[in-house]
Amino acid sequence: MATAQLLSLSGVSKEFPGVKALNNVHFDLNKGEVHALVGENGAGKSTLMKILSGIYKKDTGEITYQGNHVNVSSPIEAHHLGISIIHQELNLMPHLTVAENIFIGREDRKKVRPFLNKTMQNKAAAALLAELSLNLDPKTLVGDLTIAKQQMVEIAKAVSYRGEVIIMDEPTSSLTPAETESLFAIIRTLKAAGKGVVYISHRLEELEQISDRITVIRDGEYVKTLNTKETNIPEVISLMVGRTVDQDQRPDVRPMNSDVVLKVEGISTRNLLKDVSFELKRGEILGFAGLMGSGRTELARALIGADPKTDGKVFLKGQEVKIKSPSDAVEAGIGYLSEDRKRFGLLLIQNVTFNVILASIPGFTKFGFVKSGPAAGIARDAIAQLKIRTPSEKQLVKNLSGGNQQKVVIAKWLTRNCDILIFDEPTRGIDVGAKDEIYKLLTKLASEGKSIIMISSELPEVLRMSDRIAVMCEGRLTGIIDNKDADQPTIMQYATKYRD
Amino acid sequence: MSDVLKTAGEEVQGESKIKEIIRREIGQVLALGSLVVLFAFFSIMRPVFYSWANVSNGILMSTTVTGLLAIGITFVIITGGIDLSIGTGTALCAIMVGKLVVAWHLNLAGGVIVGVVVGGLLGVVNGILITLLKLPPFIATLATMKAAQGLALIISQMRPIHFADGVKGWDQIAQGNLIPQIPNGVTILFVGATIASIILNRTVLGRYTFAIGSNSEATKLSGVKVDRWLIAIYALCGIYVGLAAVMLTSRLGSAQPDLGLGYELEAIAAVIIGGTSILGGKGSIRGTIIGALIMSVLINGLRILELQQEWQYVVVGIVIIFAVWSDNVRRRRAGDVS
Repeated sequence: MATAQLLSLSGVSKEFPGVKALNNVHFDLNKGEVHALVGENGAGKSTLMKILSGIYKKDTGEITYQGNHVNVSSPIEAHHLGISIIHQELNLMPHLTVAENIFIGREDRKKVRPFLNKTMQNKAAAALLAELSLNLDPKTLVGDLTIAKQQMVEIAKAVSYRGEVIIMDEPTSSLTPAETESLFAIIRTLKAAGKGVVYISHRLEELEQISDRITVIRDGEYVKTLNTKETNIPEVISLMVGRTVDQDQRPDVRPMNSDVVLKVEGISTRNLLKDVSFELKRGEILGFAGLMGSGRTELARALIGADPKTDGKVFLKGQEVKIKSPSDAVEAGIGYLSEDRKRFGLLLIQNVTFNVILASIPGFTKFGFVKSGPAAGIARDAIAQLKIRTPSEKQLVKNLSGGNQQKVVIAKWLTRNCDILIFDEPTRGIDVGAKDEIYKLLTKLASEGKSIIMISSELPEVLRMSDRIAVMCEGRLTGIIDNKDADQPTIMQYATKYRD
Repeated sequence: MSDVLKTAGEEVQGESKIKEIIRREIGQVLALGSLVVLFAFFSIMRPVFYSWANVSNGILMSTTVTGLLAIGITFVIITGGIDLSIGTGTALCAIMVGKLVVAWHLNLAGGVIVGVVVGGLLGVVNGILITLLKLPPFIATLATMKAAQGLALIISQMRPIHFADGVKGWDQIAQGNLIPQIPNGVTILFVGATIASIILNRTVLGRYTFAIGSNSEATKLSGVKVDRWLIAIYALCGIYVGLAAVMLTSRLGSAQPDLGLGYELEAIAAVIIGGTSILGGKGSIRGTIIGALIMSVLINGLRILELQQEWQYVVVGIVIIFAVWSDNVRRRRAGDVS
């Protein structure tokens, strides 16, 4: 394997108002190499990559690309240099076809100037997809594809620029194991072709399979670059968080109260859910496992009245309650923490206080006037209690890291005094250190008597946290297992029960 | 009257406090600065510009109608919505006030109540179309804009309604001087702005206005009855439309069925110049008032400089572009990218 250096960043610093996002960071990339960049959320991985792809301007530092000093001042320039980035949030246009998405902005108009040559475009796209062994029709609308397939389209698009450097920011966060495998196959193809791949992921176990080197950054500072063969996951984690974290844990056996707080009977929806029933006890963490599309999020949304149910009853402490809208659910003391915090959980452009009191504003009012003192007080309490890292309660939530944003959402529901909390992928997009804090927080909440439904696609997380584990498959609940009887193979069996 | 939750717990060190306020409210500081500069410029060019007669009647009085409309629509724009019906809604309210005051021999208070009720109902209709029928605000209020225009013409049978024979002292609502030297219309504008600012910054309705504009889905999932609050917000906007209609009729001494179309765009321009984000979630009444004053000073000043009306329009267009562009540049510099 050639070890010619393709790219190097040295001494890169970047400051946002009030935050030093990067301080003297180094990173380099060789031809034919997969170089992983890891660090906690807010460590500065994305900022570094946005500098490299021309979205942000660096304050200081140098970028050397193929032996020349370069100044990547815009995304277009990055493309011209041959640097492509695949963002964590997909940037595709759902109403356009696969081919149109791949070639957007570079449509082939040679024949008759103002008109697109669709046939040519489709042919080129087909060739590209074949090259990457992707089984996709160039004429399909992107909106009709699964998230995983859309991810593949993004990769094809990045490859189509024929650049030398491809940056992948959390490419596997929404992929199944099989899909992850096919992504790795593509990455290996790119590697063999001498491209350099920067790979950002929170799934550390993947790094052993796919990366050659691993660079760790923490709090905007460069920590260390390791050869993957000479290191192991615990070492990487301890470098990321600056201490050691236990990976494979089970919950302490908590004295279980037998009071049933929530009873769900036969919930069905028009499209997916079929006759789902379960009970949730006081102080319990009930994990919900299942594959993508098994209906766990849909169950949560139907339960809180965000989507209509066609059938089913909900009992709170033995009393039937009619939940027709999220406000009914909140009234009943059920708080929902979505997997997509930015879309469904937070007011990003508002401050911490506002977000913390959002679900309980009437409780902070007198004659319709909001009492600002108590509101700020409760926000400061929440910041202290949940260890939310923010300069003050007046900081805008969009400036916080993922883990701290999640804590703000938790604070919102605690302020509302909800007894039942539904966490949908509580640690999605959250780094290892902050994950640990979220886990501790969930355990603490449960031991204080809150009842928690925890939807998670990460089996170690489900096994670590849940007292009991409910498994769903294709809209049905296929089993509820006690933690002591559960392991990954058992859960997977239930999760695939209704499959052919 | 600054944002209550932002200033909450603002017992920070004395000297950095002023700096912080300036940094946070830089958009408004700049807008206010432009207003002062414009005022100084016209005053130097034509000293008559800063005479009290011109300031009170030429500038402030001519701000009352669009100013009140702009205050109302500020709430709607902060929710991320728009209300195109406020212009022709003004005409409809004016005609209803005129008809009922004359027909029922209402006193002044009765007339004002009619205006506010009709405006509020128009707002409720807009709110219902947007929430229950789920029409986009632009479409819903485009429809009610046309409907209000038609109704104003139908009800008035296309004839102006004169107040002189209906109610005594109707002209005093806007033109009297409860406070010496200051026309009532101006007093009402500033009282209306103060009340709106208190509502926006300190009440539940105001908090939900910002919350809905920041992320209506998250607000709904937090248990807020977003639909009801939206209807209330559009109704509040309508109430200001009713007030604007009363001011207009009082100044003219009559209700004109075809006067109002286009006012909505003047009001929206004032809101935008004042720094309220058309994307929702950000904005202030103070900014809106500054924006409305900038428009009035500009128009009045250009008129005194004897610039032709056609050219006045062009200048206003350029000012809008400049205001929004400079605001964008500033935000981008501050790293305030979304």
